[in-house]
Amino acid sequence: MEMIKETAKVVRQQQIDEGIFDMELSFPKGAALAKPGQFIAMYCNDKSKLLPRPISICGINKEEGTLRVVYRVAGEGTKEFSEMKEGDTLEVMGPLGNGFALKEEKAIIIGGGIGIPPMLELAKQLNVEKTVVLGYRTSTFLKDEFEAVCDVKVATEDGSQGAKGTVIDAIEKYGVEGKVIYACGPMPMLKALAVYAEEHGMEAQISLEERMACGIGACLGCICKTKGKDHHTNVNNTRICKDGPVFDAKEVVFA
Amino acid sequence: MNLEVTLAGKTFKNPVTTASGTFGSGAEYEQFVDLAALGAVTTKGVANVPWEGNPTPRVAETYGGMLNAVGLQNPGIDLFCKRDIPHLKEKGASIIVNVCGRSTSDYVEVVERLADEPVDLLEINVSCPNVKEGGIAFGQNPDALYEITKAIKAKAKQPIVMKLSPNVTDITEMAKAAEAGGCDALSLINTITGMKIDIHRRKFVLANKTGGMSGPAIKPVAVRMVYQVSHACKLPIIGMGGILTGEDAIEMMMAGATMVSVGTANFHNPRATMEVLDGMKAYMERYHIEDINEIIGCID
Repeated sequence: MEMIKETAKVVRQQQIDEGIFDMELSFPKGAALAKPGQFIAMYCNDKSKLLPRPISICGINKEEGTLRVVYRVAGEGTKEFSEMKEGDTLEVMGPLGNGFALKEEKAIIIGGGIGIPPMLELAKQLNVEKTVVLGYRTSTFLKDEFEAVCDVKVATEDGSQGAKGTVIDAIEKYGVEGKVIYACGPMPMLKALAVYAEEHGMEAQISLEERMACGIGACLGCICKTKGKDHHTNVNNTRICKDGPVFDAKEVVFA
Repeated sequence: MNLEVTLAGKTFKNPVTTASGTFGSGAEYEQFVDLAALGAVTTKGVANVPWEGNPTPRVAETYGGMLNAVGLQNPGIDLFCKRDIPHLKEKGASIIVNVCGRSTSDYVEVVERLADEPVDLLEINVSCPNVKEGGIAFGQNPDALYEITKAIKAKAKQPIVMKLSPNVTDITEMAKAAEAGGCDALSLINTITGMKIDIHRRKFVLANKTGGMSGPAIKPVAVRMVYQVSHACKLPIIGMGGILTGEDAIEMMMAGATMVSVGTANFHNPRATMEVLDGMKAYMERYHIEDINEIIGCID
C-alpha cells in the first residue's frame, strides 16, 4: 500500500457547523492514490504536539490534486488545523488504511455525526442503486451535498428533522432497503448496525476509529477486537490504521 | 568521516537504531527508511508465545510526548523467526531483538530459540511498565535483576543488553546489578510511568490507567541517567529517551551512550531515523569530527 508524506497546502477552509470545519488540501500525490474510506494523518505545526491526527477523507479531486477533510475540533491539534488559512502548509501522510470495498449491489450508506464526512466520497463513487441515511444530533451539515448525489434519509436525536432517534429508526421509518451497508459513526451505532445487518442477512462494512500514534501499523496503539486472528501478530486484535479502518462487521467483537 | 561503532563486540555501521516498540519489525517503515542504512533495527518486544496486549485506548498524547500502554502485543517467537528475521536479513539490516516475558523461563525460552538466528544483540526488556507480571518486576529490584540477568546470560548465544527502567530510586544500583549478573551492555531508558485524566469525561485516558511516557519531554531525564550509569559501571550503553534530531543523538552520546535509539520520533516523522543520522553527520562536519567514537562520554 503506497503512501506519501509531504507538505500540503491549504487551498480553502471554512467552518460549516458548530465546531465543524471543511478544509481542502493540495496534496496531488495523495489525491492520486486515495479511495473512499481511507484517511490521512495530519501533523501539527506546533511541535509540542507530536502525534498525527487521523482524519477521514471526505472528498477526492484527482484533477485538482486535492483532498477534502471535514473534521470536528476535538482538542488542541484539530483546533490548530481549524485556525489555518488558505496558503498555510502542514505535513500530511496518506492515504492510509484500506477504504471501503465497493460492491455491485444495492447499498445503504450510513453516517453518524462526525462519521458522516467519509461517506460523501463513497456516495459519489458507488455507482449502484443506493440510499444515504444520516444521523445527526440536530444540525444537518453536508446533507445538501449528499442530496445532490442520491436519495437521503435523516435521523435527528431531537426529531427536528427526519426520523426521531437513530439511523436505524430512519431505516425502519422510511423502509430503506439494500444488500450492503457501508457505515461510519460512533461505536454504539456501528454495533447496532452490525446486529441489524446480521438479522437482515446483509453485508456490513463499518469504519472504526481509535486513538492512534504511528498511523502505519507499527505501534499497535489502535486495535480492535476481532473474531479472527490478526495476520500481523497472530492474536484476536487487528490494527485499525493498517488493516482497517473498514472492517466486515461480522469480524468485529464489540465491547 | 567514521560513524562505525562497536558495542558488546559487535560492529554497527552507525550508532542509530530504533527504540523497541516504535518500529515494529521494520516492514511498516520501509517506504520511508532504508533499513540497511540504520546501525540496526531493534524489533518490538517478542515473547515465547503471542501476547494480546492491553485494551484500548492504548495511546495518549502529552505535552512534548506521549503515553502508551500497548502491553507488548506480539506474535510470539515462532512467527517472528519465520517471518520477521528473514525479512530483515533480506533487507540487509542488522538486528537487535527485544525479548519480553512474564517469567525467567519465558525469557530463556525466547533467547534459546534465537540462538541460531542471525541476530546481533538481544535486548532484554525487564522494564515495561505496562504488563502486570514479569517485565518491570525484574527491573525494579536489584536482586531480581541480577538473578534474571545471570539466568539469561547462561543460555544466550548472542550478547545481551539489559534494558533498564527509569522508574527506580537509583538507576546506578540497577546498572551495577545487571553488570554483576554478567550482561554485555545496557540500554536506557524505558518509558517513565505516567497518567492522563480526561477532565471532561472524568475518566482515565488510557484503559490501563497508567502508561509509559516517551518523547522529547523525557530527554533530560534520559541524558542524566545515561550519564550516571556510564560513570557507575563499565558497560557500553544504548541511550534512548526523546531523541528527535541529530543534535539530541549527539547529546546522548556525549552523556555516555555508544549507540542511540530513536523511538517516539518515528511516530512524529517516519523518516526520523534517517534525519537523525543526517543531523549527526552535519554536526560532525561542523566541528570537524573525524570519528563519532571521539564524542562518546566526552563530558565529564
